[in-house]
Amino acid sequence: MSAVIQPGQVPGKATATVTASGARLAARRFRRNRLAVVGLGVVAFFFLFCFVGPLVYSTDQTHTLLQQVNLAPSGSHWLGTDAVGHDVLGRLMYGGKVSLIVGLAAGVLATVIGTLWGAVAGYAGGWIDAVMMRVVDAGIAIPALFILLVVSAITTPDLTGLIVILGFVSWLVPSRLIRAETLSLKNRDYVLTLRAIGGTHARAIIRHILPNSVSTIIVAATFQIADAILLVAYVSYLGLGVQPPSTDWGGMLSAGLTAAYSGYWWLIIPPGLAIILVVWAFNAIGDGLRDAFDVRGRG
Amino acid sequence: MSTSKYLLRRVLQAVVVIVIVTIVVFGLLHALPGGPARGILGPQATAQQITAFNHEQGLDKPLPVQYFYYLNQLLHGDLGTSYTLNEPVSQLITERLPKTLLLTVLSAVVGLVLAIPLGMWQAMRRNKPADYIITTLSFIAYSTPVYFLGLVLVLVFSQALSWFPSQAPQGDTLAQVFSEPQALVLPVVAGAASMIAVFSRYMRAATLENLSEDYVRTARAGGSRSRAILWRHVFRNSLTPVVAMLGYYVPVLFGGALVVEQLFNYPGMGLLFWTAAQSSDYPVLLGCVLVIAIATVTGTLLADIVQRVIDPRVKAGRA
Repeated sequence: MSAVIQPGQVPGKATATVTASGARLAARRFRRNRLAVVGLGVVAFFFLFCFVGPLVYSTDQTHTLLQQVNLAPSGSHWLGTDAVGHDVLGRLMYGGKVSLIVGLAAGVLATVIGTLWGAVAGYAGGWIDAVMMRVVDAGIAIPALFILLVVSAITTPDLTGLIVILGFVSWLVPSRLIRAETLSLKNRDYVLTLRAIGGTHARAIIRHILPNSVSTIIVAATFQIADAILLVAYVSYLGLGVQPPSTDWGGMLSAGLTAAYSGYWWLIIPPGLAIILVVWAFNAIGDGLRDAFDVRGRG
Repeated sequence: MSTSKYLLRRVLQAVVVIVIVTIVVFGLLHALPGGPARGILGPQATAQQITAFNHEQGLDKPLPVQYFYYLNQLLHGDLGTSYTLNEPVSQLITERLPKTLLLTVLSAVVGLVLAIPLGMWQAMRRNKPADYIITTLSFIAYSTPVYFLGLVLVLVFSQALSWFPSQAPQGDTLAQVFSEPQALVLPVVAGAASMIAVFSRYMRAATLENLSEDYVRTARAGGSRSRAILWRHVFRNSLTPVVAMLGYYVPVLFGGALVVEQLFNYPGMGLLFWTAAQSSDYPVLLGCVLVIAIATVTGTLLADIVQRVIDPRVKAGRA
């Protein structure tokens, strides 16, 4: 791009059109990746299953129904019932809502924090960058499960609290990716031009660095959502989960752990498979997007 | 940059990271509801008792002063005393850490021994059915919560088939642990599964990249057989990024050990941490976090150094 700027021309507009045709190209490449398309289908299915499913298949998920405890799958309860008499198929829909919402929100939050952190560190450079990235190193040195278990010793969060906690333990990887992207963008002509005509640092980051990193951010977010849904599955197991009668897939799994030894396989296999399928699907989508946008990300 | 200058800078970075971790751990210790005094004296303690305790322990001094006290203690190997077990945290960790290291090292070795040939094999059969099947299985292994996998392993191989015990070895010493090798099988498999998934993907990508390099074409043109090229050149060159990745994988291994030890009742540091969380034993929790963080930072440092030593391209600043 030319460093000479025409009066009235807004820097960045030119790249916007490039992105539009780039998006069409990326969409075509994505559609060719069969696994990614299947992944998209799986995610769509589970959203319909969890959010529309209960309208079609209505079950009581709040009251204890002692007359129908731990029933094996049958015609009236396709996936059986659990220890307090809740229909497992209905519970899979009910718990899936929480898993999907918390996973999506935490994944997006982690990406937002990581993006801002990485963009500022990469753009600032020098000792600010060095300190900010050492903080990231320190965060990565403490495994998330350990932090979550410490948190569970201190407090039991509500749903919003849970999303915030999960977001704050998983923003580190995206911050590294976006920093690398920023380093390669910050000396481009359009950024230097903006600075030369008196644009602020904030404007350079918001108007140029971030829009041009959008494909990296989207890919990072997709993988982040996969990881967050997996992390949500651990949350109940670690004692941080949502409180009954509400539940999520991880909560169903933890609740079924001991019952599974008595042969009640239908309490753990359905939520276990649901977690695996959805996490797999988001990873496959992320893989497809990464190839489609041709960005570097995790292997 | 010369190697010695690079080493100095990397070690300095590692020290800074560990200092940041100590600040975080110190901050957590003081962010606890009621602070350390409430933790030690219990919920029944009166306000006077807490004030007296805080004065006695120097907890009413300014935070930076307290932090330097804390740092001084750490430098002398003092991680505090467990609230519930009444033993020095450093002693508890010294007893338990070797068992956790045994579990993680075994899982890592098993994982790598399977993942590396698997990844290379996939690369040789790129986009054929075998490649797709293994890729799908890897993704599934990566997407499975460790505790679910462990549970399924126990249900199948312990309950239904009675091949392996459902409980890990309970011995206090490593020799005792090794005396029950069959009891180690399920915990090691549960710990290695996601590692196989991640590292076979990594090895596949690295092998593919190397197969397209000029030197492979040159060797082929020179008449070398594919197998010879694969093992003599591609294997070694692909291993470099895998070694680097291993350093970054240390926290994941510890995270896995936390779950595996709890699930199979294996008395390592993960189980110590787990029970400490149930009883709000903060000195033990934070001591473990510190030890794990130091292990991770050291692992990453070693991986970077090894990579620099074995890969001449890194030295030249090309990779």
